[in-house]
Amino acid sequence: MRRAALHALLSHWRRHPLQLFAFLAGLALATGLWSGVQAINAEARASYDAAAATLGEGQFDQIVPRTGDVIAEADYVSLRRAGWRVSPVIEGRFDGVRLLGLDPLSSPGQFDFGQVADSGDVQAFMGPGQLFATAETAQRLEATAQVIVSSAAAPGIAVGDIGVVQRMLGRSDLSRLLILPEQPLGRPPLEQIAPHLRIQPSIQTADVGELTDSFHLNLTAFGLLSFAVGLFIVHSTIGLAFEQRRGLVRSLRALGVPLRQLVTLLAAEVLLLATLGAGLGIMLGYVMAAVLLPDVAVTLRGLYGADVSGTLQFRPEWWASGLAIALLGSAVAASGQLWQIGRMSILASARPRAWFMASGRTALWQAVGAVALAAGALLLTLFGQGLIASFALLGCFLLAAALTLPLLIRPVTGWAERRARGPVAAWFWADTRQQLPGLSLALMALLLAVAANIGVSTMVSSFRLTFVAFLDQRLAAELYVRIDEAADAQALVPVMATHADEVLPLMRADTTAEGLPAQVLGVRVGPTYRENWVFLTASTDAWDSLAAGEAIVTNEQIARRAGLWVGDTVPLADKAYPIAAVVGDYGNPRGQLIVGEALFQGLYPDVTAQSFGLRSADPTALRSTLRAAGVPDSAMTDQAALKAFSLQIFERTFAVTAALNVLTLAVAGFAMLMSLLTLADQRLPQLAPVWALGLTRRQLGRLELMRASLFALLVSVVAVPVGLGLAWVLLAKVNVDAFGWRLPMFLFPGAYAILACAAIAAAVLAALWPSLRLMRTPPARLLQVFAHER
Amino acid sequence: MTSVLHLEQVEKAYASGDGPVPVLRGVDLSVAPAETLALTGESGSGKSTLLHLAAGLETADKGAVRIAGRDITPMSDTARAALRRQDVAVIFQQFNLIPSLNVADNIAFQARLAGRTDAALAAELAERLGLSAQLRKYPEALSGGQQQRVAIARALAARPRLLLADEPTGNLDEATAQTVMTEMLNLVTEVGAAMLLVTHSPTLAAQMGRQVHLSGGLLT
Repeated sequence: MRRAALHALLSHWRRHPLQLFAFLAGLALATGLWSGVQAINAEARASYDAAAATLGEGQFDQIVPRTGDVIAEADYVSLRRAGWRVSPVIEGRFDGVRLLGLDPLSSPGQFDFGQVADSGDVQAFMGPGQLFATAETAQRLEATAQVIVSSAAAPGIAVGDIGVVQRMLGRSDLSRLLILPEQPLGRPPLEQIAPHLRIQPSIQTADVGELTDSFHLNLTAFGLLSFAVGLFIVHSTIGLAFEQRRGLVRSLRALGVPLRQLVTLLAAEVLLLATLGAGLGIMLGYVMAAVLLPDVAVTLRGLYGADVSGTLQFRPEWWASGLAIALLGSAVAASGQLWQIGRMSILASARPRAWFMASGRTALWQAVGAVALAAGALLLTLFGQGLIASFALLGCFLLAAALTLPLLIRPVTGWAERRARGPVAAWFWADTRQQLPGLSLALMALLLAVAANIGVSTMVSSFRLTFVAFLDQRLAAELYVRIDEAADAQALVPVMATHADEVLPLMRADTTAEGLPAQVLGVRVGPTYRENWVFLTASTDAWDSLAAGEAIVTNEQIARRAGLWVGDTVPLADKAYPIAAVVGDYGNPRGQLIVGEALFQGLYPDVTAQSFGLRSADPTALRSTLRAAGVPDSAMTDQAALKAFSLQIFERTFAVTAALNVLTLAVAGFAMLMSLLTLADQRLPQLAPVWALGLTRRQLGRLELMRASLFALLVSVVAVPVGLGLAWVLLAKVNVDAFGWRLPMFLFPGAYAILACAAIAAAVLAALWPSLRLMRTPPARLLQVFAHER
Repeated sequence: MTSVLHLEQVEKAYASGDGPVPVLRGVDLSVAPAETLALTGESGSGKSTLLHLAAGLETADKGAVRIAGRDITPMSDTARAALRRQDVAVIFQQFNLIPSLNVADNIAFQARLAGRTDAALAAELAERLGLSAQLRKYPEALSGGQQQRVAIARALAARPRLLLADEPTGNLDEATAQTVMTEMLNLVTEVGAAMLLVTHSPTLAAQMGRQVHLSGGLLT
């Protein structure tokens, strides 16, 4: 019996292959976009974990120099002799690859050298002259070193024995010392043995995973939005398939199939199809992630200095999450229908019920839901704190807008119907109103996609304008020089001072402000800074007090995170300095305290400038002079190249966003196509009488096209304010929580008009096929409608 | 001999805004094995309700409905479904064919549900009802008369003990109705099923072994 009933249920899909395609394709697209994003995130996180495990970042306290970048080997020996259990680490760059040298005999037990060496023992790690790296990194070093490919190595890093790395880097010193967790009691304090060194607690070490969390959360939000749009297709298809089978369900029950078994079979059918769709989606997601991962890797390296493998692995954490969310989404979409079937009387009318959303009660529930979500969004705007709250606000706002859409369109069609002249126009508007419930899910999906496009493009374009202005401010100098050795840098200072119009040394040191890690920047206040830098907020004599060393300037990130604004004070060494200004900083997510050159030298006498900005009317000549003075070309960057590089990173950062934007719009267009196609057969009984009364099939087809365009136009009109609201949330809430900066919002009406045209084009394309099918419907098929009615 | 269908003091009322509206007020009826019985009555007299009670599609408010000696009123939905599957077949006025199955699969469907697939019987029924040329077609491609014949074939292919037919020829013209009815009666006799036919037509009722009339909620 079960087989016969299942056969009857499944035969529906054989007779309606388009519905089956819509179900599988909708779910595959939704799952694909979601799992693709999750695959990218999982790959990046795996890279961070590998890097943290290799570098020991975030795991162990470390001993680092108070100033400079190196520790003498003698200091290491002194500490060991004094009883300190420390392990030396050397780091440096070689042919563009980060080299990491470790001492396997003294390193903390958590380092799994065996795993890195893939052969299981420390001896293999200590093999003569060899390094371990991923295949990608190994390729970059193959000409200069013996590299063994290891799947456990962190991307972009080659690991080896400390002696090997020291030889390759041509150094005999160390970069830092890892402090082992177990230390002997009674050892002398660090200040006594090496006062020029300090302990950096593990919590203060930059955790790249934390820094990039906001970026990944952004991607996840996009994935979720795409999944929601795809789920609209699934919901719509499942709804229609169940709707069309109400008569079948009644017949099966009348023929003796128990209700419970029917519900179980229908649930099993949904589960089967959902698993199929999810499987296709996971494959699609893999392909999408593989295509986008290289761009994401560049973005993360450019924005955060985080190395991410450009090769994708099939990790269970992302495909399992894709499968789970697809099954969950299908279950949610089907549960309402199953519940209705469970409650349906065996003698209920077998005639397909009007789409449930048409009922006044559903409209009421929709309105209630929209108001509740809007209230939630308002509360989150007023009281929400943090990134999760900002994304919850986004979710509430977008869903409220989507639920409101049919309630806004219905009165418009009603108004047009009342004002219509002529019977065809009156019928067209009445029919349009009747179609609204059946299409409302697809229209909501289109609204979400268009609004997301408007919102994200407004955010990106606003960010771009701000970022370009920021680059003009920050990269005012025509030439930038970075000298590796402090002594060489000092020797070059007189040369630079002689040949450049203005020398802008830049000095850096790490500190904490209000318990947060921050960087102190020492700058030489002169005409360049005064003319180019634009403060977000400032006291009247900001530059003078900064130059005099009486006040400091903070960047927006730390101002927002620590609540430090103009007038507040920040302790540096033994004195508290008032904040004279807050400056926008869109180049990094870290907090910065900017102080005058003299104050910096007072605070950090051992730190000397190794980076310089040079003003010159003839940067080419200046470059030649410096080259002649022994500065290698690789140490000099001109302003145009730096700006181009920064903009390139920016563009690639948002290439992923743009790709997801286009995909979301494509999914929405697909949702519209599937809704129109699946509704097309149901439309025949409504269109046949109009055809019989004198409208040609061609006219009817054209009217269908016009209706789709009209719906898309109305959706686009509604999408503009929704998209701008979304942009505001992204700029004023999400960016502040994710990156610590609030960006000004600019409007781009031309871009919105193009997007509206794209939405209408997508709707027309979606309506083209069903309209053409209608135009070509044989008269006999239309006449059948009357035969069946009889 | 045990009746195939036995109704004893069956009462049924429907709720309305003005309180319950009684439809059946204590109906007693027995149908013997292989007996054919016509149930006539005015529109709204409760004929279809009686048929639905007999099929276990609805439950009586009072009294007992027995099929092959078993009272179905206290049975669970699942047990009543099993009884319908095994012993009863219903032919509805609106045919209730499965639109996604072709004619051959529709005819075999109830027999498959009952676990009594008989390909030879299904083929014979199709032949006798003039459906042999339509076996690969889907219901939407058939005329009303053809769809009704498929419904009859489906019901009889399961070899039910009791066949319940609600205005089975109500959608057909008089000549076609007569042809279908004659063939159905022949087949019912051959299969050995009892039949309860709900009809408005005195001509069709006259062809049955016995006639009862429902009026005012009672049988006469």
